Amino acid sequence: MEHIVKERIKQVKKGDQSAYREIVELYQNKIYQHCYRMLGNVHEAEDIAQEAFIRAYVNIDSFDERRKFSSWLYRIATNLSIDRIRKRKPDYFLDAEVKGTDGLDMYSQMAASDRTPAEELESNELQRYIHKEISELPPKYRSIIVLRYLEEFSLQEISEILDIPIGTVKTRIHRGREALRKRLRHV
Amino acid sequence: MDAHKEHIKLMHKYLDGDLTKEEELVLSKHLEECEACQKHFHELNRTIALIQSTEQIAAPLHFTENVMKSLPKEKKRMKVIRLFKGHPFLVAAAVFFVFMFGGMFSFWNQSNELVVSKTDNLIIQGDTVIVPEGVTIEDDLLIKNGNLVVKGKIDGNVTIFNGKLIEEEPSQDQEGLMASVGEVNGELKTVDRIFEWIWYHINEIIQKVFAM
Ligand SMILES: [Zn+2]
Repeated sequence: MEHIVKERIKQVKKGDQSAYREIVELYQNKIYQHCYRMLGNVHEAEDIAQEAFIRAYVNIDSFDERRKFSSWLYRIATNLSIDRIRKRKPDYFLDAEVKGTDGLDMYSQMAASDRTPAEELESNELQRYIHKEISELPPKYRSIIVLRYLEEFSLQEISEILDIPIGTVKTRIHRGREALRKRLRHV
Repeated sequence: MDAHKEHIKLMHKYLDGDLTKEEELVLSKHLEECEACQKHFHELNRTIALIQSTEQIAAPLHFTENVMKSLPKEKKRMKVIRLFKGHPFLVAAAVFFVFMFGGMFSFWNQSNELVVSKTDNLIIQGDTVIVPEGVTIEDDLLIKNGNLVVKGKIDGNVTIFNGKLIEEEPSQDQEGLMASVGEVNGELKTVDRIFEWIWYHINEIIQKVFAM
């Protein structure tokens, strides 16, 4: 897969826009999901995930082909998400929760499972709660928790994606885990 | 709490797979004895399990389509190249067109004679074409096997094959004041080699073909 990606990137660098389609198709779910987990709602997630792919395209010449493309893409998506979080108005969360449609949109996109409706509801509520708790972590802990436990990157990979020393990644993941432990221990 | 601080550190090292054999012994021994740390360790593991229990979600429909639509327009040059790539026949046709109808080799090789695209109002001295003072050439000018001296004005583009625009004043005692003191308002191109000539020709043709 990395090989195909490398080929496509070469074509894109030469100016062949259509070669970019395959790259977007390949990573769209991962990047969208990452943005959703960073931002906690589908509208912003779609917005930022799209922006991430556009940024990557526009800046493709600055991508070093010896590195992993997916790491670079995750980095762009993470930075854009953190940027968006910082620009939010303080009352943003309240609004999003009152409307309550975000969660529904998201669950309608989920793959159907074989649980009973009651179990489904319970599970949905729990999931919503967990997502909410994750999305209230400070962004610098949140990005690492999401990359580690939801996207299953190694600490070394996270250090590359976020371009921060591995020691910092470890300190932050410890604090992130502790913060979430306090928030989720009574669940 | 302080008493357990070191052990909590070890728990996190354990979760990151960084625990040494000795540390593992220290931690497991302490966990057997300390209920508070047991609870803490249990909560940390449970937290991770809870986070990981959340489901996968897919990007919305038409996501890729929307991204592709929002990309900045690609350069025209690339479109032409891609067109050629996908249709080798077009390349063959274009090359054929260049060679046959452009007749470039025959034009290049014909002779060493001076060729000028137009002669009205121009003075020709040997292999030198002169635009006299006070004369304005409005069209494009094409010269082959000769040099150009501009004393008047040329508004169109100038292309000189196998020759050049004489800009420096030659030694006074020879042919007098043979230097370009006028102006060329269009684009000036000089083509000295067959390769450049081919390139010039191909570009002209391609531009014509793709101007539509
Ligand atoms: Zn203890």
